Amino acid sequence: MAQGTHQAPPSGRPAAETARQQPAVTPADVRPVAPGRAGGGPAPVVAAGTPMSGAESIVRSLEAAGTEVVFGIPGGAILPTYDPLMDSSALRHILVRHEQGAGHAASGYAYATGRVGVCMATSGPGATNLVTPIADANMDSVPLVAITGQVGASMIGTDAFQEADIVGITLPITKHNFLVTNPDEIPRVIAQAFHIASTGRPGPVLVDIAKSAMQTQTTFSWPQSLELPGYHPVTKPHAKQIREAARLLATARRPVLYVGGGAIRSGAADELRRLVDLSGAPAVTTLMARGALPDSHPQHLGMPGMHGTVPAVAALQKADLIVALGARFDDRVTGKLSSFAPLATIVHADIDPAEIGKNRRADVPIVGDLREVIADLLPELAREHAQHGKPDLEAWWRQIDDWRETFPLGYTDPDDGHLAPQRVIQRLGEIAGPEAIYVAGVGQHQMWAAQFIRYERPSSWLNSGGLGTMGYAVPAAMGAKVGDPDRTVWAIDGDGCFQMTNQELATCAINEIPIKVAVVNNSSLGMVRQWQTLFYESRYSNTDLHTGHGTARIPDFVKLADAYGCVGLRCESPADVDATIKRAMEIDDQPVVVDFTVSRDAMVWPMVAAGVSNDEIQYARGISPAWDREE
Amino acid sequence: MSRHTLSVLVENKPGVLTRVAGLFARRSFNIHSLAVGPTEHEEISRITVVVDVDALPLEQVTKQLNKLINVIKIVELEPEASVQRELLLVKVRADAATRTHVLEIVQLFRAHVVDVVPDAVVVEATGSPGKLDALLAALEPYGIREIVQSGTVAIGRGSRSITDRALERVARSA
Repeated sequence: MAQGTHQAPPSGRPAAETARQQPAVTPADVRPVAPGRAGGGPAPVVAAGTPMSGAESIVRSLEAAGTEVVFGIPGGAILPTYDPLMDSSALRHILVRHEQGAGHAASGYAYATGRVGVCMATSGPGATNLVTPIADANMDSVPLVAITGQVGASMIGTDAFQEADIVGITLPITKHNFLVTNPDEIPRVIAQAFHIASTGRPGPVLVDIAKSAMQTQTTFSWPQSLELPGYHPVTKPHAKQIREAARLLATARRPVLYVGGGAIRSGAADELRRLVDLSGAPAVTTLMARGALPDSHPQHLGMPGMHGTVPAVAALQKADLIVALGARFDDRVTGKLSSFAPLATIVHADIDPAEIGKNRRADVPIVGDLREVIADLLPELAREHAQHGKPDLEAWWRQIDDWRETFPLGYTDPDDGHLAPQRVIQRLGEIAGPEAIYVAGVGQHQMWAAQFIRYERPSSWLNSGGLGTMGYAVPAAMGAKVGDPDRTVWAIDGDGCFQMTNQELATCAINEIPIKVAVVNNSSLGMVRQWQTLFYESRYSNTDLHTGHGTARIPDFVKLADAYGCVGLRCESPADVDATIKRAMEIDDQPVVVDFTVSRDAMVWPMVAAGVSNDEIQYARGISPAWDREE
Repeated sequence: MSRHTLSVLVENKPGVLTRVAGLFARRSFNIHSLAVGPTEHEEISRITVVVDVDALPLEQVTKQLNKLINVIKIVELEPEASVQRELLLVKVRADAATRTHVLEIVQLFRAHVVDVVPDAVVVEATGSPGKLDALLAALEPYGIREIVQSGTVAIGRGSRSITDRALERVARSA
């Protein structure tokens, strides 16, 4: 995509995959190849310049862009579009209960399928309810297209009923957004939106369409080219930088591969595996990259960062070379930036040039698609090895293995006799296995799910990493299950998170989307409570939720599940954990909610307190590794 | 902190200035001045933005600007290799007693008087920010009633055009 021309995303398949091979999109190609999951066959071929309403043009454009599923809620300003939507056999619309659910579901769908997730909402409050999932997708680079209705063009700017300047509101949280008032622009703008969302560094694109444009007659024709003179994502890395990275990786004595979410977005898991094997270097996978490298790989040290493993955090701190692959030196990974990895030379590969050097200066910057970057790096590294021999990493591995032996991930059972949340999550991962999809909310349960479930494949772990959106799990799990219906999808949620978006259980039950929800119920806003324990003298200001054992149980999650047409199970004793999980696994025709009432005193360890150096990582409360002073 | 002049070629579309200005605000970059106007190509507008940043944050500014879909090209114009001008309109007290002195200053700075009333004149001047500051200092003793000043506009010296290649891109993508 180095040239100024862009192919319109061809129908039916992910844009990035096929755009290179197909020279042009002819109107005859505009037939969506959507397989029949949505029911019905492909939509009729639409000839160029077919007269139709703007609303029909929106539906045709979504079909032509390859959309199969739309999550949304109708309302006044989007109403004209919902009429032709009813007749589309290629588009399956899933009626959610809150627009936030639509947005996260579209994200979950995008994660699970690698394709663009689509959500739809009306103007004003419908659109503003999408703000959180859009911001979430922006932080985590999720390809998302949001279609919103806007008040009629002549009403814009008059504070009309249900008017909100959603383009203005989402300006800082989208990759790009559009306001369409001329119906003739609909196909081109929607084609651009899908292209921008899915290429380069993926992200959310919002298309706000005035109701008057939907109601006006226009002609539909899918664009031949996209007219994006200012958009040229660089995917092919620079050969000189690749050679330099290979030279460093072949000569470093304490290298670490620091793998971020870009490895998953670019589909680079196979290449990454080969790089890890060839280099012999240890690798860490960030919260966004869990699963990019199998946890069973012997060179995998786990997750770095605030709640990372001691070996992963320590290896980065002591490294002489860090090769950052699609990672962005987030504050949750680096701790106090000025003391992060003080001895390391930095190779930083990312598709977004603005990430390189943003937080930590890069000695070797590489701009490119990670899959191409690693593919190019492999032969160069092999050449270095052939010329100079493989580097001697034995001392480094001895040191790392020592950390691994001394500081393995673990937990102690709580004194109060209640369930250890870590055990629940660990057993869930062991019983459901690596082929399942795990979707977490935000907080303690998220960290435990990142730590204690073994991920063996990419896109098996979904969570809200950058924005930290409580309430992400249930709707995102719903979207993932729709996108990949043959897999078991477990939402691992907290009692706080679950109460933010559990209305989507209704959507799941009615639309036969049998997700499973494990509510790790510690009757409180657990992560906040943990900080209150550690940093606020155990003064528990407003973190008690009254949902656990010995409380009023408001709400009772089992009854709530029942009310939503789901199966509700409860597990309160360690002896019942396995049986309860297995029971939930057996139910595949309804959503299941399991209320695991766990100890509220369990804490997430290891931990690097916010704003301090990673050197001060605590393995457990008050216990820090004694670093080798010679280094 | 040092001062940098960036020429930003953007698509001539509604809301582009908001995107650019919003980006500066959001990333805590300080805008010293900003001027926007049409170019020789009707589909391209040119924003000249003067920022006070160090070299490293400037690189971030440029990279973040480049991420905006409507931004086509960014060029930093070095002061010695470019012509940089601002436009100043200033209303100065000038009655029969002082008008001659005021007009002398106006001539000295090669400025123009564009409006005259019995007790005041409006002076139009273009120049580098330094020259305009000097003009204002000279007029100050007579009583400055009102000032309006544009942002800096800048163009590279020599025959090369920064819009040529950007135009090719626009033409190719159309």
